[in-house]
Amino acid sequence: MKVKWWHIGLFIALSVACLAPLASSSPDGLERVAEDKGFWDKALEPPYQVIADYMFPGVENEVLATIIAGLIGVLILFGLGCGIAWLLRATGRGSA
Amino acid sequence: MHIPDGFLNVATAASTYMVSAGGVGFALKEVGRKLGEKHIPLVGVTGAFIFAAQMLNFPIVGGTSGHLLGAALAAILLGPWTGLLVMSCVLLVQSLLFQDGGLLALGANVFNMGVVGCFVGYFVYRGVASLLRYSRKGILTASFVAAWGAVMAASIFCALELAISGTSPLKVALPAMAGFHALIGIGEGAITAAVLSFVLVTRRDLLELRKI
Repeated sequence: MKVKWWHIGLFIALSVACLAPLASSSPDGLERVAEDKGFWDKALEPPYQVIADYMFPGVENEVLATIIAGLIGVLILFGLGCGIAWLLRATGRGSA
Repeated sequence: MHIPDGFLNVATAASTYMVSAGGVGFALKEVGRKLGEKHIPLVGVTGAFIFAAQMLNFPIVGGTSGHLLGAALAAILLGPWTGLLVMSCVLLVQSLLFQDGGLLALGANVFNMGVVGCFVGYFVYRGVASLLRYSRKGILTASFVAAWGAVMAASIFCALELAISGTSPLKVALPAMAGFHALIGIGEGAITAAVLSFVLVTRRDLLELRKI
């Protein structure tokens, strides 16, 4: 099979997901502002959890749980993006 | 900058949902009419990369972190409407599966990081890049400025929504959000320019696809 540019693109995205355990665990800009300004308590718990906190549930090892969550997300987004683009083109009389 | 549920009042959540739904609806039509065969894998790879990069928080000052938004990157590569679709996919999956960003706040998150981020990012990029005649340096400079501007604009709208919802007064939320995101935006600009530099070296033709 000939290697296409998007094989490499997807590989890069998957590789970046594997680096996710190295991410800073400090609060992000909005979380920080919410903590500093005293409105973080207003955040509601989500009504259900699937892969909350980017950790695949049931995996003890946090590094592994994060990587699995990241890889799943990357593959879903790749499939969703290509799928929607393909579908829109097929139904929307797209032109090359 | 993903707003969780509980920060926005009903009026703000509902009105941003309506604007975002309208924007995404128009984007679906516009993209369907103009998208080419070659765009398809780029849409998928851009969404996949932005999802992954959003997981990679980088530290800024004083125990605070930031991560790539990717709105400017998506809009520069694909155009603002397609960029909006990519950002909407990322935010939808994050909200539904990863509990990042509230379900009721999804409209506001798509508005801030999708609509505002992509359009500010795209038009700042076009403006600056055309001033610099689309040279390599011009493209990289423009992408840095556009990505910084997109993050700043998104954070300002986020602060406005918090203020309108009565969660935090504007004179408190606005300087705080803009201050942190002025720094996060530097990381956003650097990553966006680095990705475009890589695309320019490896597959310049991808940057020349029709922007929708």
